[in-house]
This record gives sequence, structure tokens and C-alpha cells, in this order.
Amino acid sequence: MEKKWEDMMPEEKQETRFQKWLSPEGVKFVSPEAERLYKERATRIKDAIQMKKKPDRVPVLLIPSFAPAFYSGLTPRDVMYDYEKANQTWKKFYVDIQPDAHFGCVAPGPGKFFDILDYKLYKWPGHGVAPESTYQAIEGEYMKADEYDALIQDPTYFFTTAYLPRVFGALEPFKQLPNLTTYVEMYGTGITFFPYGLPPVQAAFKKLLEAGDEALKWMGYFGAFMKEMTELGFPAGQGGYTKAPFDIIADTLRGTKGIMMDMYRQPDKLIKAMDAMLPFWIQKGVIEANMNSNPLIFIPLHKGADGFMSDEQYKKFYWPYLKKIMLGLADEGVIPFIWAEGGYNSRLEVIRDLPKGKTAWLFDIVDIAKAKKALDGIACVCGTMPTDLLTVGTPQQSRDHAKKCIDVAGKGGGYIMSNGAFFDEVKWENLKMIVETVKEYGVYKK
Amino acid sequence: MAKDLVNTLADLKEQEVIKIVKDRLSSGEDPLKILGDARKGMEIVGQRFASSEYFIPDLVYSGEILRAVTEMVRPKLSKAGEIKRVGKVVFGTVAGDIHDIGKDIVVFMLDVNGFEVHDLGVDVPAQKFVEKIQETGAPIVGLSGFLTLAFDSMKQTVGAIKAAGLRDKVKVMIGGGQITEEVRKYAGADAYGKDAMDGVTLAKKWAGVK
Repeated sequence: MEKKWEDMMPEEKQETRFQKWLSPEGVKFVSPEAERLYKERATRIKDAIQMKKKPDRVPVLLIPSFAPAFYSGLTPRDVMYDYEKANQTWKKFYVDIQPDAHFGCVAPGPGKFFDILDYKLYKWPGHGVAPESTYQAIEGEYMKADEYDALIQDPTYFFTTAYLPRVFGALEPFKQLPNLTTYVEMYGTGITFFPYGLPPVQAAFKKLLEAGDEALKWMGYFGAFMKEMTELGFPAGQGGYTKAPFDIIADTLRGTKGIMMDMYRQPDKLIKAMDAMLPFWIQKGVIEANMNSNPLIFIPLHKGADGFMSDEQYKKFYWPYLKKIMLGLADEGVIPFIWAEGGYNSRLEVIRDLPKGKTAWLFDIVDIAKAKKALDGIACVCGTMPTDLLTVGTPQQSRDHAKKCIDVAGKGGGYIMSNGAFFDEVKWENLKMIVETVKEYGVYKK
Repeated sequence: MAKDLVNTLADLKEQEVIKIVKDRLSSGEDPLKILGDARKGMEIVGQRFASSEYFIPDLVYSGEILRAVTEMVRPKLSKAGEIKRVGKVVFGTVAGDIHDIGKDIVVFMLDVNGFEVHDLGVDVPAQKFVEKIQETGAPIVGLSGFLTLAFDSMKQTVGAIKAAGLRDKVKVMIGGGQITEEVRKYAGADAYGKDAMDGVTLAKKWAGVK
């Protein structure tokens, strides 16, 4: 009899998730060759991450920002608003360059959604920045210094009535919404629900419904893309994403400057708020892994990079809560696939404190030999494709770099070649050279 | 005995700094002397940052403390109280890029170190840099950028400076998360700084400040 999910150990859960990903249900591959490639690629990535055995060769991943649009001669604006164009360009990018996985077509759309709700948090192509530019966040204190208690006490109510009204102009009236966690009986009903009758609140809901239509339309394209890429033999390298608690608060709630002040002026509240975020963001990762039958959940890291805080500050404010997210996912058999954007050389010793074969670390700017040494036998090391190499280097330099990475980090398995920072327009011949070199030079001898 | 403002600020003790400044102001001390001490404290902060004892949060926090001190002192300053500037710098985040955190930190540190900084903000077209250089006669230009797209904007900005016949009159530094020596060569800049203090060191060298 099959073992029940709740009776499984984390290792069994992880293996079950990987098996589901290796053999996706109801897929009609375009050819037996595509099916063979899918299984080979997924197995290769699984072996590199689990480190139970050496893969057949080093896997190679490409995680682009708006690169596929530039690759096809289009602007970010074009693909943010034309979902079919986005699908076509992303497909062309992966089919031409042939890495071992695709990363969905999530980055671009749905452009119109942001227009409908008047998104304030970003400037995007054709809306605050040029059509040829990418979307970029506008930092600010979208949560005020004195609002920690409100966030800690009821994160959902805070997000609904304070954060969302500040980042979406059209949802500003949501600040009048009642807290439905206090509604349990007939008595007092009218007093609880009258805000839903107010004209501005109703107008906000109408906008939200309109935006929902657009998101659903986009999901149709997104789903079609995911399906087609699988049928073509590319596993999805990402089942969803979650974030480190410090970054959740630093990136778009308090802002970089705000949180740095809080580290000094109200450290205890900051810590309590990070604790309050944990269940939501662990659950988000698990839900997305379930929904997409894919164990790989990305966690992009930002404000704990080299220089952004001291070792002591990292150990106090950053690592303990990131680790809780990672272990929360790993307990459910999900792989936290860390994406350490920026430098991470100074954190390598601290992050060794993890269970074996349950996490993966993708680095942007790191001494790959040191990273391998620190994480050897603990976690799969992924990287690096330096941005300057991709943009201003030569194919020969790209080849030399890839070989060097394979020599120092590929030894014994547990290594994936991948870019560690989002990239837009680069020299395509450099990108192709790295992929080719890995396929040729990264083969493991039996 | 009154505590030492220089070291209290350097140690980032916000409340104590405020108290010392309040006491010194109410005892009728020359506000310029207080500001001078605060700037000396900031110099120590800069040194600690350069030696990796302090990091970005500490630098940003010191900026907030200095801001508080300046606000307390300013109403008592006479018009003659302006500090001497050691050189002019034109600074901005290049076209297509709106990242400002790194830029703001460097601008702040240059200001604290006595430079007159003309901050053009973010997403600055090449021509704006040229016009500001012409208007101010600044011999130092700082270009900031975070995106890969910024590499080309930096190159174009240096190109525009050259086309305006100003390339021999200015030194150009670039900086940002992904900037390396290779990008510096590509952009045609004179130097790159890996952090805020690097930027200050370059500016001081170019301005002949010891």
C-alpha cells in the first residue's frame, strides 16, 4: 500500500516530488527524442542537487530577465503587453540555446494588469522608463516605522488595508475595509459590512475584478507556455518562489534605508515581524511546489549580500530567518533553490549550517572554489556567469571561464552551471559558448 | 564632563549624540565647532567602513545621525558658516536605470568629505551630464548603474562627454553592483569604485586633496 504523505520522512517526500517532476502526468511529448531529453535533463538536475550520485554531466541553466525579448529584437514593453509575443520569444530563446531547463515566461506580463490598478511600486517599460528598459522598483517606506505592531499582530489585515492601498492607486479605498476575522455572528452585521457599500470601495473592487480578468487571461498564455516547453523536452527549473524574511521587509515594506534604521532603533520588533512572516512564506513555497508538481522553489536573496551588513548583523538579522524558511520547505520535501544575487564570499561559512542534499545555492559574485569547498557534501553549488563576461567578454574568455568553473566546482558532482544575476541584453555568442562548453567539457566519466 | 562628540558619533550612539549637541548648543558654543566635530566623527565612520569594520547599515545610520545634528545646529548658523568645498562633482544614475540607493550613499559620502556634489538623480540622459559639466565646470563625473543595460548608457555618456570636447577636462568614475574593470574599459571611464569610500578616495585623488 502506498505510504500516506503525512507519514513520510522529509527524504521520502523529496523523492516523491522529484519523481512526479521526472514523469509529468498527461504530457504528450512532441517526439520520443523530446521525452528522452526531458528525462535526461530532469535526472541530471536532480542528481546534482541530491548529491547521491554524479550526474551524467554538469547541468547548465539560464535564468533570463528580459533577455529573450532582446534576443528576438523586441523591447521589454512589447513582451509585457503582448503575451503571445512573450511566449514565442521565450520559446525561441530556449530552443535555440538548449539549456537543461526553462524558467517559465513569468518575468514579462501581465502589463495591462499594472495599468488597471495603477501600480506605484514600479516603473516599467513605457510607464516611467523607456520601452527598451526593464521594470524597476521604486523604494520607499510602504510600511511606516511605527507600523510593526500592526504587521506582527495581523499580517493579512495589514497587507490588505495598508500595504496594498499604498502600492496600488486603484485600491486606495481598501484602507476602509473591515477586519473580517472579528465577524462571527448576526449581531452587528451591518456595522461590519457597510464599507463594502461605499462607492469608492465598490469602484476599487470593480478595478480589481477587471485586473483579475487580465491576470486570468495571462495565466492562459502562461499555462500554454509551460505545457509546450514540457512537450518539447524542457523541464521547468522552477516550481515557484518565496523570499527571505529580511528581504520581505527590506525590499518593499520598509525599504533599504528604513530597515537599516530599524536594525538600530527597533531590532526586537524587526525580529518579531520576520517571525510573523515565516508561516506565510513557507506555505507559499509549498503551495506552489504542489500546484506545479515541481520541488524547486527559488529564493532570491538581496539585502544580506557582501557589504550590505556585517557578519554579526547577518547572523542576527538575516540567516536565522532565512534558515527557518529553508528548513520549513525542506521538511515538506521541497528544495529551497537559493539565488544569492550580489557578492556572497563573506557568508560561505555561516550558510554551511544546513542538512545535506536538501538545498541548492546559486551564486552571482563568488569565488567558486571557496564556495565549493565550503558547501562540499552539504549543498549543490551553482554558478557563475559574471555579468561583465556575458556583456563585454569574448567567446574564448567565456569558454575558459566555464572550463575553470567545471574544474574547480564540478569535481564529484553537486554542481550546476548557471547565471547568478538576471541579465537583459548580452553577447549571445558568449552565452551559447558557455552552454556548449558545459555540454562538451562537463561530462562525467563513468 | 561632556562626552566627546567625535567618538560618540563614530560609535553611532544616536541618543547620546543628540544630548551632547543639545548641551553644547545651550551652553552657547559656536555651532560651526559642533559641526566640525560631527564631520570628524563621520571621517572615522568612513575609515571604519573602508577597513570593513562598518558596513552599509552603519554608514546609512551615521548619515541619519548627522542629519539630526545638522538640523539642530542649522538655525544657529550665521550665513558665513558655510564650510569650504574641496572640489566639484557631477553625479547621477545613467539613462534607463532608476536605482538610487548606491548613488545616494556615494553622493552623501562625497558631501561629507567636503565635495560640492551636483546630483542629477536617476535615469539621466547623457546630454544632461554634458550640460551640468559645462554649467559647473566640475572636473569629476560619477556615473552609477545597476542594470546590464546601464553599461551601454555609461559608454554613451562618456561618448557624449567626448563629443562635447570635455573628455580631457574631466575624470569619470563608474560604480554599481555589477561593475568591474572589464566594464570600466568598455565604458571608457577612468576608474571604477567598488564601494562608496572607493568613490571618495578617487575623487580626493583627482581633486588633489590629501
